[in-house]
Amino acid sequence: MTSSISINNLALSFGEIKVLKDLNLEINDGEFLVLLGSSGCGKSTLLNCIAGLLDINDGQIHIKGRNVTWEEPKDRGIGMVFQSYALYPQMTVKGNLSFGLKNAGLPKSEIESRIKHAAEILQIEPLLKRKPAHLSGGQRQRVAIGRALVRDVDVFLFDEPLSNLDAKLRADLRVEIKRLHHRLQNTMVYVTHDQVEAMTLANRIAIMRDGAIVQLDAPHTIYNKPVNRFVAEFIGSPSMNFVPGKLQTDNAPAFSSGDMHIPLQNYPFDGAGLNNLTGGHDVLLGIRPEHIVTGASLAEVPWSTTVEVDVVEPMGSDTLIWSRLNQQDFRFRVDGQSLLDKGDRVQIGFDPAKICVFDNTTELRL
Amino acid sequence: MHSVEPTGRKPRRVLSTRNIILYGFLIVAALYWLLPLYVMIVTSLKGMPEIRLGNVFSPPVEVTFAPWVKAWDSACTGLYCEGLKVGFWNSVQILIPSVIVSIAIASVNGYALSFWRFKGSEFFFTVLLFGAFIPYQIMIYPLVIILRELHLFSTLWAVIIVHTIFGMPILTLLFRNYFASVPAELFKAARVDGAGFWRIFLQIMLPMSLPIFVVAIILQVTGIWNDFLFGVIYAGTRNFPMTVQLNNIVNSSQGVKEYNVNMAATLLTGLLPLVVYFISGKLFVRGIAAGAVKG
Ligand SMILES: Nc1ncnc2c1ncn2[C@@H]1O[C@H](COP(=O)(O)OP(=O)(O)OP(=O)(O)O)[C@@H](O)[C@H]1O
Ligand SMILES: [Mg+2]
Repeated sequence: MTSSISINNLALSFGEIKVLKDLNLEINDGEFLVLLGSSGCGKSTLLNCIAGLLDINDGQIHIKGRNVTWEEPKDRGIGMVFQSYALYPQMTVKGNLSFGLKNAGLPKSEIESRIKHAAEILQIEPLLKRKPAHLSGGQRQRVAIGRALVRDVDVFLFDEPLSNLDAKLRADLRVEIKRLHHRLQNTMVYVTHDQVEAMTLANRIAIMRDGAIVQLDAPHTIYNKPVNRFVAEFIGSPSMNFVPGKLQTDNAPAFSSGDMHIPLQNYPFDGAGLNNLTGGHDVLLGIRPEHIVTGASLAEVPWSTTVEVDVVEPMGSDTLIWSRLNQQDFRFRVDGQSLLDKGDRVQIGFDPAKICVFDNTTELRL
Repeated sequence: MHSVEPTGRKPRRVLSTRNIILYGFLIVAALYWLLPLYVMIVTSLKGMPEIRLGNVFSPPVEVTFAPWVKAWDSACTGLYCEGLKVGFWNSVQILIPSVIVSIAIASVNGYALSFWRFKGSEFFFTVLLFGAFIPYQIMIYPLVIILRELHLFSTLWAVIIVHTIFGMPILTLLFRNYFASVPAELFKAARVDGAGFWRIFLQIMLPMSLPIFVVAIILQVTGIWNDFLFGVIYAGTRNFPMTVQLNNIVNSSQGVKEYNVNMAATLLTGLLPLVVYFISGKLFVRGIAAGAVKG
C-alpha cells in the first residue's frame, strides 16, 4: 500500500514547551486513521502541523509523495473540519462552501457543480441560503464537512468534529462520516478523545501520550494487545482491572497474588516487555470487566473465586458490579437482568487467554 | 381558613422602600446633571437686557436666536470676528481623516497582533501598551520638533498625525482584545480555504467586527472633537479647531461679556459629541458588551 501522509522526525514546541518530539507516522492511502489521546497530549497540534497551520521546528511532512513541509495550507491538498465548526458567520451556507473555491479562482460553473454535489451527499440543499446562526449544531457540522468536501482533496483532517454535539446526533453523524469514507475512499485523519468514535471509525488508531505515539494498530489489536498499561487503561469502558502480583516460572508460568494462582500456559507472552522475564518478578494482571464470567460459564474457565458485591450499576443491557479482589477495586459485567444486590456473594472466574500481564516497573505488556 | 397557594409570576411591590430610595437618588442625580444644561439653553435664548436682571433659572420672556447666529457667524476671537464657523470646518477637516486613519491602522494592528504572531509581536504589543500609559505631555515638545523638521508644523496634517499617534495604543488594544475573542479555528479555516492576510481581514474579520468599530468611532470622534491641547499647539492660528476658538470667544477681553453668545457657542461646540452619544448609546453598550463576553 502506498502512503498518503508520511511524517518524519517531526518536532514542534511552543516556546520552551516541547509538544511533539521526534514523531514518525505513516498513513496509508485511503486509510481512516484516528488520533486518540487524553486532553493536551498534542493531537490537535499534530493535525495542525499536517495542515500547515503551525510552523514545525524540525522534521518533514510528505502528502501524496510531495514534500509539503514548507507549503501553505491551501497548497497541501487537504480539507479540514473543526470542533467549533468555524463557519464564517456573515456568509450563507453557500458562501461558506464557495469561499475557498473563489479564492482558488475556480470558474463559476465548476463552483456551482461542486457545491451541488457536496450538498447532495450531505443533504444540506435546503439550507444553502441560510446563515450559520440559523442552523442546528448537526447541520452546522455537516456544512463544515461540506466545506472540506467541495475542495475535492485527497486528505480530510477532522479535529474532534463531533464533540460539541449531543449524544444522539454524535452517533448519527459518526455513521455518516463512516459512510462518507466508504464512498470517497480518501485518507482521513480524525482526532478525538472519545474511544467509541475511535473504535468504530478507525482502520488504525494511534494512541498518543505526551506528544508521542504510544501504539499504532488496528482497533481490535489495541483492545486485545495493548502495548502497555496506559493503553490498556485508556481503551475500554469501564476500564481494565489491574491486580498486582508475582510472576512464577518454577515449572509452568503462572501468576500469583495472595491465594490467587493463575496458570499462564495459554498466555502468548508476545508483548514488548519480554527480556527481563524472571521468576518472582513483580507484574500486574489486567482483565477487562466484560471478560469476567459468572454462573454456568464458570465450568469453562480454569480459575474462579468468590467476591462480595459492593455497588450495583445497572446500565440496561448489562449491569456493572463493583467488588473487591485482593484489597483492590474490581469491576465486572453481568447480564442486565441479573438480580444481584449489595452484600451478595458471587462466584466469578475468567479465561487466562483473555488477560494481559504487564511488567510492574516498565508497565509494558509481557 | 383559606390561604392562596403561590402560583405563577411572583408579585412585586412597586412602591417598596428600596424602589423609592433608588428612584429618588436617580432623579436627584439626573437633575444635578441636567440643571447646568438647562441654564445654558435658557440663557442662550435671552437678550442681554434680560440677562442683566440676574435670574438665571427663569425661562426667557422673549425668545431670541440672535446669540446663536452671532456665535456661529460673527463672534470675535480676538483677532478675527468670524464666529465659530471657521473652527467648525477646521474641526471637521481634522476629525474625518484622523478618525479614518487611526481606526484603519489600529484595526489592522489589532488583527495582526491576535492572529499573525510574527517575530517580536509580543515586544511590539508591550511597547504599544506602555505607550498607552505614558503621560502625553512628555511627547509634546519632541513632536513639535519632528513636525517642524517635516515642514508640517502649524498645518492640519500635523494635528491629524498627532491624533493618529496618540489614539494608536488604546485603539490597538481595543481591537486586539476584540479579535482575541474571535475563535482561532475561524482563522484557521480561512487559511485552509486559501485566504491570505488581507482577504481574511477584509472578508472574514471586518464583517463580524462592526460593534467594535462603532465603539472605536465613538471614542475617536468624541475624543478628537473635544481635543483642545493638540489643536492649540500643532494646528496654527488659521487652523484652530472649534474648541480653541470657543475658548478664544469666551475669554476675549474686549467689551462686555455676552453670556448668551458664550452659552450658544458652547452648546454649538458640544453639539456633535452630544448627538453622537444620543444616537449611538445603544450601539456603544452593545459593542462593549460584545467585546467582553463573546467567546
Ligand atoms: N498556541 C499555543 N501556545 C502554547 N501552548 C500551546 C498552544 N497550543 C497548544 N499548546 C499546548 O500544547 C499541548 C498540546 O495541545 P493540543 O491542543 O495539541 O492538545 P490536544 O491533544 O488537542 O488536547 P484536546 O483534546 O484538549 O484538544 C497542550 O499542553 C497545550 O497547552
Ligand atoms: Mg485538540
